[in-house]
Amino acid sequence: MASDAHATPNLSRYFVPAPSVWPFGLTVALILTVYGVSGYLEDRAIPTTALITAGVALALFIIFSWFRGVALESERGLYNDMVSRTYRWGMSWFIFSEVMFFAAFFGALFYARTLAIGWLGGEGEKGIITNSVLWPHFDPSWPSNGPGHVGGTFETVSPWKLPLVNTCLLLTSSVTITMAHHALKAAHRRACVLWMLATIALGSTFLYCQATEYMEAYKELNLTLGSGVYGSTFFMLTGFHGLHVTLGTIMMISITGRLLFGHFKPESHFGFEGVAWYWHFVDVVWVGLFIFVYIL
Amino acid sequence: MPSSSTQLSGLLRRLVVACTAPLVSASAFAADTMDKAYWNMPRGVTQVSHDVYSLHMLGFYFCVVIGVVVFGVMFYSLFAFRRSKHPVPANFHESTVVEIIWTIIPFVILIVLAVPAAKTLITEYDTSNSDLTVKITGYQWKWQYEYVDQGVSFFSTLKADANAARQLHSGIDPNTVPNYLHDVDNYLVLPVGKKVRFLLTANDVIHGWWMPDLAIKKDAIPGYVNEMWTRIDEPGVYRGQCTVLCGRDHGYMPIVVEAKSDADFEAWLTSKKPVQVASAASATMTDAPVAATAPAAPAPAAPTPPPAVSQVAAATSVAGAKKSKDDLIKAGATVYGARCVACHQATGQGLPPTFPSLVGDKIVTGPAAGHISQILKGKNAMPPFAPMLSDDEIAAVATYERNSWGNSAGEVQADQVAALRGK
Amino acid sequence: MAHEHAHDDAHGHDDHAHGPDKGIMRWIKTTNHKDLGTLYLFFSFTMFFIGGLMSLVIRAELFQPGLQFVDPELFNQFTTMHALVMIFGGVMPGFVGLANWMVPMMIGCSDLALPRVNNWGFWLLPFAFTMLLSTFFLPGGAPAGGWTIYPPLVLQTGNSFPILIFAIHLMGISSITGAINIVVTILNMRAPGMTLLKMPLFVWTWLITAYLLIAVMPVLAGAVTMLLTDKYFGTSFFNAAGGGDPVMFEHIFWFFGHPEVYIMILPAFGIISSIIPTFARKPLFGYASMVYAVASIAFLSFIVWAHHMFTVGIPLAGELFFMFSTMLIAVPTGVKVFNWIATMWGGSMTYETPMLFAIAFVFLFSIGGFSGLSLALAPVDFQYHNTYFVVAHFHYVLVPGAVFSIIAAIYYWIPKWTGRMYNETAGKWHFWLSSIFINVTFFPQHFLGLAGMPRRIPDYAVQFTDFNMVSTVGAFGFFVSQFIFIFNVLACCYGWFGRTRNVSNQVWEGATGLEWSVPSPAPYHTFEDQPLVGDDGMPVHGDAVAAAAH
Ligand code: HEA
Ligand code: HEA
Ligand code: HEC
Ligand code: CUA
Ligand SMILES: [Cu+2]
Repeated sequence: MASDAHATPNLSRYFVPAPSVWPFGLTVALILTVYGVSGYLEDRAIPTTALITAGVALALFIIFSWFRGVALESERGLYNDMVSRTYRWGMSWFIFSEVMFFAAFFGALFYARTLAIGWLGGEGEKGIITNSVLWPHFDPSWPSNGPGHVGGTFETVSPWKLPLVNTCLLLTSSVTITMAHHALKAAHRRACVLWMLATIALGSTFLYCQATEYMEAYKELNLTLGSGVYGSTFFMLTGFHGLHVTLGTIMMISITGRLLFGHFKPESHFGFEGVAWYWHFVDVVWVGLFIFVYIL
Repeated sequence: MPSSSTQLSGLLRRLVVACTAPLVSASAFAADTMDKAYWNMPRGVTQVSHDVYSLHMLGFYFCVVIGVVVFGVMFYSLFAFRRSKHPVPANFHESTVVEIIWTIIPFVILIVLAVPAAKTLITEYDTSNSDLTVKITGYQWKWQYEYVDQGVSFFSTLKADANAARQLHSGIDPNTVPNYLHDVDNYLVLPVGKKVRFLLTANDVIHGWWMPDLAIKKDAIPGYVNEMWTRIDEPGVYRGQCTVLCGRDHGYMPIVVEAKSDADFEAWLTSKKPVQVASAASATMTDAPVAATAPAAPAPAAPTPPPAVSQVAAATSVAGAKKSKDDLIKAGATVYGARCVACHQATGQGLPPTFPSLVGDKIVTGPAAGHISQILKGKNAMPPFAPMLSDDEIAAVATYERNSWGNSAGEVQADQVAALRGK
Repeated sequence: MAHEHAHDDAHGHDDHAHGPDKGIMRWIKTTNHKDLGTLYLFFSFTMFFIGGLMSLVIRAELFQPGLQFVDPELFNQFTTMHALVMIFGGVMPGFVGLANWMVPMMIGCSDLALPRVNNWGFWLLPFAFTMLLSTFFLPGGAPAGGWTIYPPLVLQTGNSFPILIFAIHLMGISSITGAINIVVTILNMRAPGMTLLKMPLFVWTWLITAYLLIAVMPVLAGAVTMLLTDKYFGTSFFNAAGGGDPVMFEHIFWFFGHPEVYIMILPAFGIISSIIPTFARKPLFGYASMVYAVASIAFLSFIVWAHHMFTVGIPLAGELFFMFSTMLIAVPTGVKVFNWIATMWGGSMTYETPMLFAIAFVFLFSIGGFSGLSLALAPVDFQYHNTYFVVAHFHYVLVPGAVFSIIAAIYYWIPKWTGRMYNETAGKWHFWLSSIFINVTFFPQHFLGLAGMPRRIPDYAVQFTDFNMVSTVGAFGFFVSQFIFIFNVLACCYGWFGRTRNVSNQVWEGATGLEWSVPSPAPYHTFEDQPLVGDDGMPVHGDAVAAAAH
């Protein structure tokens, strides 16, 4: 196991973990999964289900073991200040990369909305000619599924119903996780756990509402992933956000577990803080979504 | 492959010439088909192309001068400050003044370049006040030209001789084919001295329309229309080709422009119109003679008027008459070689999974109606051929497919096609 | 390159637990930055070789008009895969490998910040590329839509489509984790005294490169995800009928793609900035301005992307903006070139192989830069775009640019890694043959492009024959010359010229920096106790060996 080699921690030195098989294993797991999925998408004659199941199971097992190892190393005091700064920097840059991932989809939304639909509908020099030659009866407005009415007529989700509720849920959860953080710093472990449970509950409720909203969109509004560029941007943005909420919730569940096991100290608890940062990031993305996808 | 040893020695000779020519003289190249600029960008035959050429040369001269100065200094110091000559290195390593100087000088040079570039660009973007508009549509792998409001429209594809020579292991030496890969069946004919505006779009994937002598190039984007313009100064035949990777036969989408004097152009244009009527008429003869009264209109697929490519085949056939199966197969083989082979291959086996095999295929060996409408309407990546082929040609190619590569599923006659056209 | 040095007992003083495992498991499980550096370089080497073979297929087919060897579809597959393999498999892992080896030794820390993540980032690559290369054997073959994977064409890809997308995702994860690791190491783990403005330029350029990677790889991931959903899940991002736009993909792609090309050149700038002062025996001229220049290039790289799209029909104002911003990049790049030359001026130069490659870099990269500047002039780009002129441009910046810098770096640092000097005569042969053949290969392509030969075609009009023949001959010559390099590298690793480790710590007389204060070969663990760095960039206390051997 990763850290067994180190009998006595020497905090003047940076902790360099012993050789580990987890990263390689995780790679294998990922490859199994994506190979399975690619076979599924292209109807190839390979045992897709088996590959995907094996890949996902292996990945889950490895992620769990790897993180468990890291948590144990941390608890055994192997990490000096420099290591914990590494985790801070690392997490910040990781979140920055996530921001850029969402930026691609927001970029697509703005481009489609302000440029593409405009051109197709006859706005601007390029638009006048494009519209009159190819799409003579298309009138630019948002939401839109384009001149081909791809996916058929649809209605949009009203921002002032479930999405508003969701906004409140997530904003509140950002507060509760901060409360949990304060409790941890003040060494009130019980309070901390309770606030965390509240946060998890809020996150899960959000997910539940989001799922309800999707079902409604598909069943009653005829708003689907295939509803032209509106449906595409709507579901891809909210979908990836939902995925991040899911991950965040799982992360919160695991740190709450660690709290129960007595992990974290008032003055050093980066595992906790990392998750909190992530959760705030997910929250900020939602605010962006709420404004640009739902309201405007 | 033709006798490989002579071919090889020919190649070697050519290679030697090619390698030494730059040293001897550029004229060694003239032995080839080349009669125009070979080392450099063509100056072209429009005002814009001249501007572009000068800009290109201006940039080039700047680079040469900068290069000579900068690398002159570098090679001088490589020589002068080698250890054997200059054993004790200096130790200076900073000078704000120098840094500022060599930031500002390039900046000034760039401005000198940017001003004429911006001017030319603004001219190139001005498509207003044109005398003629041509709509260009890119298909995999051919071009369609439509003279807007003139009722003239046709397709333009790689010349058949080049098409034969370009097949893998064809055994035909490309050097024996005139204008190999730079020639098409139907030229885009344009008037000299008139401002011609182009509307550019595509039907399947992105293509690029480039005519070096006119210095115009623009991408043809499916679903959008781009504009560009030209005013040609000299009559002549100018050649270019598709410049955006558009799939397997991207290299085989030439473009040829023929610039004619105004009068010749008008004559050409009118000569195109009546034939079109005949073609439309003959194609629909079996239905009703009414078609003749509405020449360019009764196009099956909405905005495109029937093109002129099929006119020869249509005009020479005796409309309505049944043809023998053998004749159909023979005619069909030609059509197949020109239109279908790119995707479905000479063996009929296609390039699965994208391009299906037609050997023993359900649609090909099934009811004729399904087969015909597949060809008329296309499906997914297969374009509709209704606007490109006459009833006779479709009948022929269908019969050919039904009776080749081990298929044997009877014949198809033109009236069957006519009956399904437009349905 | 397999390194044995870590097996032998040159550092028997390694008193605590984790030395390397034995056998293959060492490489699978390793968390050591030197092992991973070696793995990265070995992988990059392999990919260069495969990508090189693909380019030979391309060049062979283009030797004369007509089709001799491959079907057009297969040709497109080779072009596409050649580029993907060279860029994502060759150049980028090559630079990451160098960073793995050198960054910790240059800033005085024991390893990269996140060693296990480092291992993960590496192992993703061989798997992703095996998967990608295996598509050649699927029905329908490998992706053939060009490395720029523009829709709608790329959506016509068959069975290999999802594999292409997922392989790009995995490479992206690898790049992002690698970049985070490097940024964090540099920002967090410098030895005391190693202030930001004392860092070697290789470290600086990598810091900025890593920042670019973290900023743009996720954007590429987003773009290919949209391709995936457009093909399989009915979205309309790039479909006009649904309100999307194929050109939107180009914008997103090049927002990634242009910074990407600087990702492939900035570390090269760092390498050259290390090599030239060493062999000129004179400090780098204008250190601070070099740092600012790199930072400005990185900044500008985010606002020039549409110069790859001058012909797609963007509105005039946009066209002008992108033309001007692109031209501006010549200014900071020029500053770098001038600083290198000023470093040479007044020096006391010797011309060992790394220096020769560095000089060729300055010269030939600039030629590529000049053609880049010509391309930046939008109205003229209408003539150049998608012709061999562009192919000539980017091979000049990539091959005698990026690849030469990797080669130079390997000659420069391999004595430190293996403890053995490479064979200088073979090195000189390698240099001269490579430099000559690379120009024979790519210089004529300028003429081809200007005369009207488009890129990405398997067959061409006969007037282009002569220059194509020359180019093909050059390509084969270049490829064959690389065997000298392989020989030289293996000879160092395996001690073919005698097993003695024959180089000093400093290796090169004019070399300065922490990495030259540790023994050669560098022990498995260096700087576990961080040295105190003095104003000259060298450890202050004790002698170098003590600093290295805890
Ligand atoms: C390492 C990679 C690399 C680098 C460093 C560059 C550097 C530059 N590139 Fe290049 N480029 C590519 C890789 C690279 N490029 C690739 C891969 C493509 C094609 C992608 C594809 O389509 O597949 C491409 C394509 C490409 C295009 C699009 C062409 C087209 O498709 O039509 C353009 C257009 O502006 C361009 C411009 C430039 C410019 C202005 C620079 C500048 O950074 C160059 C600056 C350097 C100098 C100018 C020389 C040194 C300076 C001096 C000595 C100072 C004085 C000089 C002057 C004042 C002139 N590049
Ligand atoms: C880094 C990138 C890179 C490199 C190195 C190369 C190298 C070469 N390339 Fe390529 N090329 C591209 C990137 C690159 N290319 C790209 C992006 C395209 C566009 C694709 C597209 O259109 O989509 C392209 C396209 C392209 C074309 C145009 C194809 C077409 O348009 O149809 C051609 C044609 O001649 C060509 C030829 C070559 C040749 C002969 C080499 C030779 O130089 C190859 C020989 C090289 C080697 C043998 C490797 C040598 C290196 C080492 C030995 C270093 C060892 C390393 C370590 C020790 C770690 N390339
Ligand atoms: C641009 C490529 C292309 C060209 C050119 C082309 N086809 Fe096709 N063809 C296709 C594709 C793609 C399909 C599969 C369509 C689908 O089912 O998605 C197809 C399917 C068919 C089928 C039905 C086979 C089946 O089982 O689906 C027939 C019949 C056919 N083509 C005949 C022709 C004929 C005749 C021509 C020439 C006149 C032709 N094709 C030209 C691409 C092409
Ligand atoms: Cu059409 Cu390339
Ligand atoms: Cu660029």
